Amino acid sequence: MSTNINAEAITNLSHQEAHTEGHVHRDDYGSKLGMWLFLFTELLLFGGLFVLYMAYRHDYFPMFQLGAKELKIYMGGLNTLVLLTSSLTMVLSITALQRKSIKGSIFWLLTTIFFAFGFLIIKFLEWSEKYHHGLFPKAENLLNQPEGVKVFFGLYYTMTGLHGIHVIIGILILSYMVIRILNGKVTPDKFVPLENAGLYWHLVDLIWIFLFPLFYLLH
Amino acid sequence: MSDSTVASSNYVNYFDYKGKYSGIGAWLLTVDHKRIGLLYLFSIITFFLVGMTLGFFMRLEMLTTGETIMKPQTYNALFTLHGIVMVFLVIIPGIPAGFGNFFLPILIGAEDVAFPKWNLTSWYLYTIGGLFVIVSLFLSGGPIDTGWTFYAPYSLRTGTQVILPLLGAFILGFSSVLTGLNFIVTVHRLRAPGMSFFKMPLFVWSLYSTAWIQIIGTPIIGITILLVIVERLFGVGVFDPAMGGDPILFQHLFWIYSHPAVYIMILPAMGVVSEIIPTFSRRTIFGYTAVAMSSLAIAFVGTLVWGHHMFTSGMSDESRWIYSFLTFIVALPSGVKVFNWVATMYKASIKPETPFLFVMAFIFLFSIGGLTGLTVGALATDIHLHDTYFVVGHFHYVMFGGTMFIFFAGLHYWFPKMFGRMYNAKVANTALVFMVVGFNMLYFTFFILGYLGMPRRYYDYLPEFHNLHVVATVGSWVMITGILIMFGNLFIAMKKGKKAVANPWGGMTLEWSIPSPPPMTNFVKMPTVKYGPYDYEHYEEVMKNEH
Repeated sequence: MSTNINAEAITNLSHQEAHTEGHVHRDDYGSKLGMWLFLFTELLLFGGLFVLYMAYRHDYFPMFQLGAKELKIYMGGLNTLVLLTSSLTMVLSITALQRKSIKGSIFWLLTTIFFAFGFLIIKFLEWSEKYHHGLFPKAENLLNQPEGVKVFFGLYYTMTGLHGIHVIIGILILSYMVIRILNGKVTPDKFVPLENAGLYWHLVDLIWIFLFPLFYLLH
Repeated sequence: MSDSTVASSNYVNYFDYKGKYSGIGAWLLTVDHKRIGLLYLFSIITFFLVGMTLGFFMRLEMLTTGETIMKPQTYNALFTLHGIVMVFLVIIPGIPAGFGNFFLPILIGAEDVAFPKWNLTSWYLYTIGGLFVIVSLFLSGGPIDTGWTFYAPYSLRTGTQVILPLLGAFILGFSSVLTGLNFIVTVHRLRAPGMSFFKMPLFVWSLYSTAWIQIIGTPIIGITILLVIVERLFGVGVFDPAMGGDPILFQHLFWIYSHPAVYIMILPAMGVVSEIIPTFSRRTIFGYTAVAMSSLAIAFVGTLVWGHHMFTSGMSDESRWIYSFLTFIVALPSGVKVFNWVATMYKASIKPETPFLFVMAFIFLFSIGGLTGLTVGALATDIHLHDTYFVVGHFHYVMFGGTMFIFFAGLHYWFPKMFGRMYNAKVANTALVFMVVGFNMLYFTFFILGYLGMPRRYYDYLPEFHNLHVVATVGSWVMITGILIMFGNLFIAMKKGKKAVANPWGGMTLEWSIPSPPPMTNFVKMPTVKYGPYDYEHYEEVMKNEH
């Protein structure tokens, strides 16, 4: 609230100028609070899917086990490793910026983006392999499977697909951060945007941490 | 208390303010919460008129049995669109996005909301979502005919244009979430010195509670809608029973959001009532803490009662009585509010100005709406009344008689502040009389029709319902006349009304301490808050302290 107290000293005119200059008012705590609330809504968005998973797993328990056997643990495991490492490089990027190393920060950000692409490539290989086996929506092979298997793969594609979209959005956000750092808009004194981007990236990681066991390990 | 003409010499109001952009850009690219609030209000009123027109034609069709003016498919499209437009584009954003944007920062003594640019973004998302719904009317397949609830599996199989309006609803949800989190951060971070949580005006409390429901509930409908889209596009089996899905789960997910959404609609309205009643009673609100806490209680219990929409669609008996019981509990905090409002007016020196009269109409209509809510919330009676006109009557009394009447009350209460002009009170009161009479002719008849067994959403009906349908249709004409008179009156006042003073009603909250229309930065001098929002014993002192 410091701005409000100082504002008494400011005349009306300069006060209005301050208002137009891209909102000088800066509230790091507030923007982080906003980010956390946003992440909360993201969790609930996936929460709806997790509830569906729970209900259908209860309905089709044996067939969910059958479906899970089709997924390759080593592929999912590799992706888990890639994402966890990218979370580490994300933190390294923030720390580098806080320690006033612009170069270091950008290096680690690019590494994070590299891992993100790695995740998507592995995911792509996985999906295309399923495609060859006829395990995708509307494929004849899948339509002939028992109902629970159809639901399992429906949820598998929807949930990992929505997660994949979040990875892509994450890549866009992280790339934007690279540009902001290069432009000098995100600096060692003003690193909250990078921290918020990092929070988003950790959420993407966190969702995967739950998707991996639910689809790959529980069979 | 200062006269605005005196004050105008040393401030620039937000209408005259010249920023980076001029002309239409000054509005479309503004990050000022007041201008964004007006953008919302105008979009919302436009969509309201669209929804009202749809409703008018629906009622006209029901004037006689058989075909009156349209084919059955057109009728299905009309009731679907009437629902989508009124629920998602008018009532949900109505008070929070419109009046909330304009007045929340002023009421807590802030210059703007916490994230002004996101605020503008959310208006754009709202507009895009609305356009998607409108554009879908003209695409192949024709307008959506699922009803506003999009129940699976019909929404998965109908040949009409479903994806675009659903995408529109998803985007609208995004807009709602952004507004909600913006308000929460604003309330936490930008209160003026001295304004503790329990000195906040009750409208702020209700916006705060609403914002929480918005961010808790909206993502669930977001994912539900996405799933229907994905299922239609890719044939993934999630809700389609042919693919092993369970359509009842769709209903659960839909109502997990859409029931709390009912409180997104009504809580801000209750907040506005809690502002208007003390102002025109010149008394502090009775039971401030109870009213504030009842908002939170409604927000909390409201998230647990969604099952009462599904009593007849397949549910265990245990779940049924639990949902029914929880539904009855919501009546407690709602009752706390109504009794506190009435207690505030007891022995007060009431000034029956237009906004106050609207609030009186609200209390009357909302009480009927609330009581009939208990009728359909009770298991035995619900079996008889489910999916009849009784339900339609009930939610129109609550949504329209509740939220929209208060939207109009807010419009008349804050009009002088927003535009710096007064409207013709006599015309406004006349319009109100038309609206209340027409409203009751229209929707009370629905209760009787529903009780006699007239099902909702039916295109045709048996001859014995004819007379009641005629009464309802004539009622709709009377009500629409009232609405048009009201908007016409306000529109004329916007251009030609006489200048309003800073505090025409004698209100004590912060918006009345600044000139009308407000300065660009709201407060010429930052306010320091000493007393509660309705402490009328300190009225003179607070108003001398001009901000």
